[in-house]
Order: sequence, then structure tokens, then C-alpha cells
Amino acid sequence: MPFNWLYLRKFILITLGLVLMVFAGVSFYESRHLKEPVVLSQGVTQVKKLSDYFRGIRGTINDSNIYILEGVKPGGTILILGGTHPEEPGSRLTTWILAENAEVDQGRVFVINSANRSATTVTRLGGGYPPDFTIPTPWGGQKFRMGDRWSNPLDQWPDPEAYIHYPSRQELAYVDIRNLNRTWPGRANGTLTEKTCYALIQLIRKEKVDIVIDLHEAELQYPVISTIVAHEKGQDLAALASMMISGTEGFSIGMEYSPPALHGLSHREIGDHTQAISLLLEAPEPFLDATRGRTDRELLLEGKDEFVVKAGKHGLLFEKMDENGWPVEVRVGRHCSTILQILELWSEENPGKSVMVKGVPRYAEVIEKGIGNFLHDPAKADSKRIYYE
Amino acid sequence: MIITILYYLLTAYISFLIVWNLLKRKKWQEEILYIIILMPFLLRLFRLK
Repeated sequence: MPFNWLYLRKFILITLGLVLMVFAGVSFYESRHLKEPVVLSQGVTQVKKLSDYFRGIRGTINDSNIYILEGVKPGGTILILGGTHPEEPGSRLTTWILAENAEVDQGRVFVINSANRSATTVTRLGGGYPPDFTIPTPWGGQKFRMGDRWSNPLDQWPDPEAYIHYPSRQELAYVDIRNLNRTWPGRANGTLTEKTCYALIQLIRKEKVDIVIDLHEAELQYPVISTIVAHEKGQDLAALASMMISGTEGFSIGMEYSPPALHGLSHREIGDHTQAISLLLEAPEPFLDATRGRTDRELLLEGKDEFVVKAGKHGLLFEKMDENGWPVEVRVGRHCSTILQILELWSEENPGKSVMVKGVPRYAEVIEKGIGNFLHDPAKADSKRIYYE
Repeated sequence: MIITILYYLLTAYISFLIVWNLLKRKKWQEEILYIIILMPFLLRLFRLK
């Protein structure tokens, strides 16, 4: 081949490569910068930033919004964390419903939709995840970032060869140094993810939070599923909530003890390092199962997958799975009802620290009406009541 | 922060080596291979992924 043809071929191939890279790059950029509106409920009385509790997080991507709902009567304080693992969308969608619909008669409710905002801006590397998903609403639809389990490497990189958890010195998986649920209680001079946990711990201490509820979803092949994981301080509350829900709400939820020797998790470290009771809720999400088929938006939202069903027939699952799957409405409805039940039981047992919430749909109502019916149209809302995640 | 900057410098250096090798290849299959390998390095260098 003549010399000039060789270089022409290289030029064409490099140009094709650059075109591919630009298309991919634009997709990644748009996904990272997608704005997710939150139309504040009338019950939201203040919006703070995480950096109000720890200046070290100011100006970073994890300086998240904190939506504060205050009742006229004094009472207890509860913190609800969504987006610890953004690839579990039922968690963030539940906080959206709370921030856009809840009103508080007594006590205070703090809601964080994106506890690890960095992790909402990336999908699993090599996972073929959709970059976003849309929840249908009466006014069209609202688009959300898909997210990942770990902070975006663009915000925290590189990972160490070995991750030694602070302060326990326990060795955890190296990649979990970017996992918000492996870096509690955090440290002021640590990585971005550790600083985020540290800031949240300062919030919990300063605001004298009574209960922290960390919302999650799990694959069906993971034994900790459809359950409330409770620190010792919250075992009675969680057990009672489990019994009440299983008897009245139309679904079953278990209760598990937080392992004392497993460090870095919210249900362990928040309880150990602050005055708060720490609880973690898990709902089933087939999208996360290793044996799933095509990893697309449909699977994410409808939770139906023939391969996961087959895994169930082979006895490989810890939760039932049939052709009805686990739609996102079911998962979000479970979280809503479990939160409400925990608050009702807490308020009965602690009248001076009651947290009375209204306006939040329960399990059956979320399934019947859909999540989109509880999301408000930002085009029709007062611009001062719209915040972006 | 210093380690992060060093990693970005390493990424830039490896990207340069890949491009250098790409220009020296004679087989089109190898050229395509180098272009594919180069993409994640550039995406990280430009802070896109």
C-alpha cells in the first residue's frame, strides 16, 4: 500500500473513533448534568445544604440539599436518606414523594434525596446501565439520573489497593472507599465519600436527630432483602414495625440485627457514633441481580425478568419472584408505608418526641395511583419552591 | 489531591503512547484496536467518564 494511503486510512479510522467518543462523551456529560427538579411541598419550611454542618464539603458535588419539614408543635426529629446507592431508584423516588407531598404537624423531618450526589452522576462502568429513566406523570414525565452504587471516579480517584475503614481499621473491598454505605462515620480529612458521611454525622448530632432511616433496594440473590436492618437501639421499634406492616399493609417485611462486627454501614455506625437510632430499609430490585437479562429501563421500572424468575425456580433467591416482577411502585410503596409505620410507633412510644406526618401515600395508594401522581409539575410551580438535585 | 493529579498525568502519558503506537502500526486491525483502547483514557482525561 502506498504511503499516503496508509495515512489516509489512519485519518479515517481516527476520525471515526473520535466521532464515537464524542457521541459517548456527550451522553455521559448530559447524564452527569441532568437537572432533576424538586417542587417543594408546603410542608418544607427550610432548605439547607450539607455544608451548613461541615464546611469541608462546601463547593463539592456532594454538598446536597436538605429539605426540612417542621411542625408547629415541637417533637422528635427524623432524618430520611435517599440516594445512598442511587442505582436503587426506589430510595430516591421515595424521598421525592416526601419532599413534594409531606406536611408535618409535630416534630421535624429532614429529607435528603441525594445523600451521595456524586454517585447519581455515573452509571456502573461496563454495566451497560441506562443513563436515566422517566417516571410517567399526569403532566408528561419526570426524568431522573440512573446512578451507581459508588461515587463517580471523576470526583474521587484513584481507589487504593486496600481500603482500611476509619476508625475500625477493618479491611473492606477497595472499591468501597467510594461507597457511602461503607464509609460511616466518615472523617473530616478523608476522601469525598468519607467527608460526606462526616458531614451527615455532624447534621445528626447538631440537630439531635432521633431516628435515621437509610433507604435501599437489593438484588433478590442477596439474603438481606425485604427487611428492616436495625441497630441495637432500634430493634424493638423495627420488630414492632415489621409485625404491624406484615399484619396491616398487604406486604411482609422482616427485621434483622445490624452485625456489630461489620463496619462502615449506616445501621451500625450512626447508632454507635451518635444519639440516633439507625434503621436501613431494603426492598427487592431484580435489576441488580447478576442473573438478569437485558439491563434496560423497562427492567429497572417494571422489575420483570425471566432469568431472575428461573433463578428463583432453582432456589437461588431470598425473595419470591414471578412474572409480575417487582415494579418500582411496589418498592416505593413499601418504603413509604414502612417509614409511616415507624413514625407512628415511635410517636406512640415517645409522646414528647412525636413526629406526625401527613400527605404521604401508603403502599396501596402508591400502587393504585402510581409514583407520577405524587410528582408535581415544575412548569406550574412557584420558581422559589423549585430546587434541583 | 496530589495522587489524583499524578493519575491524570499518567493517563495523559499513556494516551500519548497509545497514539504514538497507533501512528506506527501497519495493520488496520491493530489501528482499530489502539483507537478502542484510547477511548476510555481520553474520556477520563476530558473528565467525561
